[in-house]
Amino acid sequence: MQKIIPLLVGILFSNAVFSQEKLNEIKVTAKRKGIQKSFTVTGNTILVTSKELLKAACCNLAESFETNPSIDVNFADALTGTKQIKMLGLTSPYLMITEENIPSVRGASQAYGLSFTPGTWVESIQITKGAGSVVNGYESISGQINAELLKPINNIPFFLNVYGSSDARFELNTHFNTKISDKWSSSLFLHGNTRTAKMDQNKDGFLDNPLAKQVNILNRYQYYNAEKGLVSFINFRYMNDKKQTGQLDFDPAKDRGTTHYWGSEINTERLDVSTKVGYVFKDMPYQSIGFQNAFNSHNQQSYFGLNPYNIKQSSYYSNLIFNSIINNTMHKFATGLNFTYDKYQELVTINDYSRTDNSVGAFFEYTYDNADNFSIILGGRIDNHNRLGTFVTPRLHVRYNPWEKAVLRFSAGRGKRAANIFAENQSLFASSRTFSVLDNSGKIYGLNPEIAWNYGLSFNQKFLIFGKNADVGFDFYRTDFQNQAVVDLMQSPQQVLFYNLKGKSYANSLQLEFNYELATHLNLRTAYKFYDVKTDYLSGRFQKPLQAKNRFFGNLEYETHLGDKGQQWKLDYTFNWIGAQQLPNTASNPIADRLPEFSKAYSLMNAQITRTFSPTFEVYVGGENIGNYTQSKAILGSENPFGATFDASVVYAPVFGQMYYAGLRFKIK
Amino acid sequence: MKNIVIVLALLLAGFTANAQVKKNKNAKFVTEVNGNCEQCQRRIQKAAFGVAGVKSAVWNIETHQLSLILNEEKCTPLDVKKAIAKAGHDTDEVKAITENYEKLPSCCLYVREK
Repeated sequence: MQKIIPLLVGILFSNAVFSQEKLNEIKVTAKRKGIQKSFTVTGNTILVTSKELLKAACCNLAESFETNPSIDVNFADALTGTKQIKMLGLTSPYLMITEENIPSVRGASQAYGLSFTPGTWVESIQITKGAGSVVNGYESISGQINAELLKPINNIPFFLNVYGSSDARFELNTHFNTKISDKWSSSLFLHGNTRTAKMDQNKDGFLDNPLAKQVNILNRYQYYNAEKGLVSFINFRYMNDKKQTGQLDFDPAKDRGTTHYWGSEINTERLDVSTKVGYVFKDMPYQSIGFQNAFNSHNQQSYFGLNPYNIKQSSYYSNLIFNSIINNTMHKFATGLNFTYDKYQELVTINDYSRTDNSVGAFFEYTYDNADNFSIILGGRIDNHNRLGTFVTPRLHVRYNPWEKAVLRFSAGRGKRAANIFAENQSLFASSRTFSVLDNSGKIYGLNPEIAWNYGLSFNQKFLIFGKNADVGFDFYRTDFQNQAVVDLMQSPQQVLFYNLKGKSYANSLQLEFNYELATHLNLRTAYKFYDVKTDYLSGRFQKPLQAKNRFFGNLEYETHLGDKGQQWKLDYTFNWIGAQQLPNTASNPIADRLPEFSKAYSLMNAQITRTFSPTFEVYVGGENIGNYTQSKAILGSENPFGATFDASVVYAPVFGQMYYAGLRFKIK
Repeated sequence: MKNIVIVLALLLAGFTANAQVKKNKNAKFVTEVNGNCEQCQRRIQKAAFGVAGVKSAVWNIETHQLSLILNEEKCTPLDVKKAIAKAGHDTDEVKAITENYEKLPSCCLYVREK
């Protein structure tokens, strides 16, 4: 029976992006390494453990990728205070982001969704580059990120985390965990964060970071019965997030809807209920059934200067999955059904874009593993969606180990999605740009669905240099859009245009990686990334704005020997070099409000020191943007925020300079 | 009344006896296989999967235990042991012939029990 535990937790729910490979991933978790790359998993999947998550200030999911080369974290903009992430040169709408394999950041939550999951709740993250598995849906194009939260069954009884930083942000995390009976356990997570002080380092009269207040509560229950092979989760979650930004003197009570001062408030309330049931057949550990259901209501009420923007999304998601084998475990399959329902009530200034979307689909995924050096996953699904029509989504992953300690991978797949053009680009509301949708024949804001193919090839080799571990790798991915909801900032600084792609749009990304254990407990990670992301706009072909063509990443980690009482020092340093970025076209603005065609290259440094006193208590201090690099002009036309050249959406470098933080973690085991 | 009880008891006994004769499609076995490393693991598991009816085969490098799930209608644990021995690995019942053992790469040349 003991064996069924990992199987149950593994096969049905946890870890894997690929439903049939969970066992492998669990096995690697046992090694205590921050980022784990498997040589036996078919997809190009990286497992980020909670150990790695502790290396950054890591207040929420959006900030937990800073020490990871596969994902580029952009800095928080002055407006939202939220860090945006990119993978293969594409922003989060083209990624599928799931929480315990239930799609979480989608639709209305696209802009801020990652900041709604506190970092301390996360147990591990799986990042898959390129085409994902068909099991979770058809929307993923450039990759998949799945976050696993702490499980009540093996969580510690009490956890406390307190954090404070020099940019006046404070966070408090408390976790409680109890065993209700031998089969039921429960966790209660409470999170609060706030930013109370107005900061204006660059003296442009605007806040550098929004004032914020968030309350986030998760209560989850886990049922586990080894004899019967049953596992179940029930989650209840409530989140309330308030942000205020704009001019220092802006007072929402007096100035909202007026031109006295420019200001913005973004208030979001969210409610989630989700359940999962998994059953592993008696005496057949390779056969199981899983059933997931999730309901959520996401309500964002906001205004940006004189532009109101409200979106309310009520969603229901359901996934039934059956895993089994054909003859033996070298041939596995997963098959099942999905159902999704989304009701949007969306108000953009004075226009009502309310709509209801629903889709139903069936998937089948076959995995062959020769138990030696080759595996292949072939997946397909067919969906019927009221706006996207009936369509087929094929996905393929191949892994081959040509020789010892080497792995070669190939993937290909198609993705299709409805772009939520306003929700995804809402930072553009903080400008005097007029929004125009140039097409009207499509079913999604007049536009057609976005369709893209993604192909990828990667190679990784481990070896020894002077007896120390090293690995080198490269990966190349190409995303080819057949259609895209183009967001055009190249036409005019007073306009944003949305239209169906005419011509070509593609994203090529190349990553070279070298990692080396310089000495015992001293590890170096380096990566060079090249992005060629181009789209045919009305005014010609340009590199996608705010996307650096070249990036370099370096991370150095050091830890001392663990003392008898668990004392330890951990040091971490991250370096990022960001090359020139194409900027939106501002050529027609008066000279004072013009930006160059390209931004200058710059570098950023973060560092953190953690002192563990015992297994139950540790403190950490750290700094972000230690080199104190800031964008010279954070807001265009800031002197006249209701004028024609006002634009707070062009953020290509940090707005806030050096930031220092400190925190503590206390556990009762 | 008594007769009925006896008949019932007999029927039940018959059933159980029958059930024992009936072959299990998902029979579990654990057996020891001699080997050393990851390469051995792959070879042993591959050999086991080569036997029709073997559904799952996991060999543990540390404990040397091979956990099998097989369809008894199609094969027996002995068939699996024969296949593994043919690949060069000794099992409790069937030992590899020296020629096959010596074909193994040097890292896989486990210490043989006499």
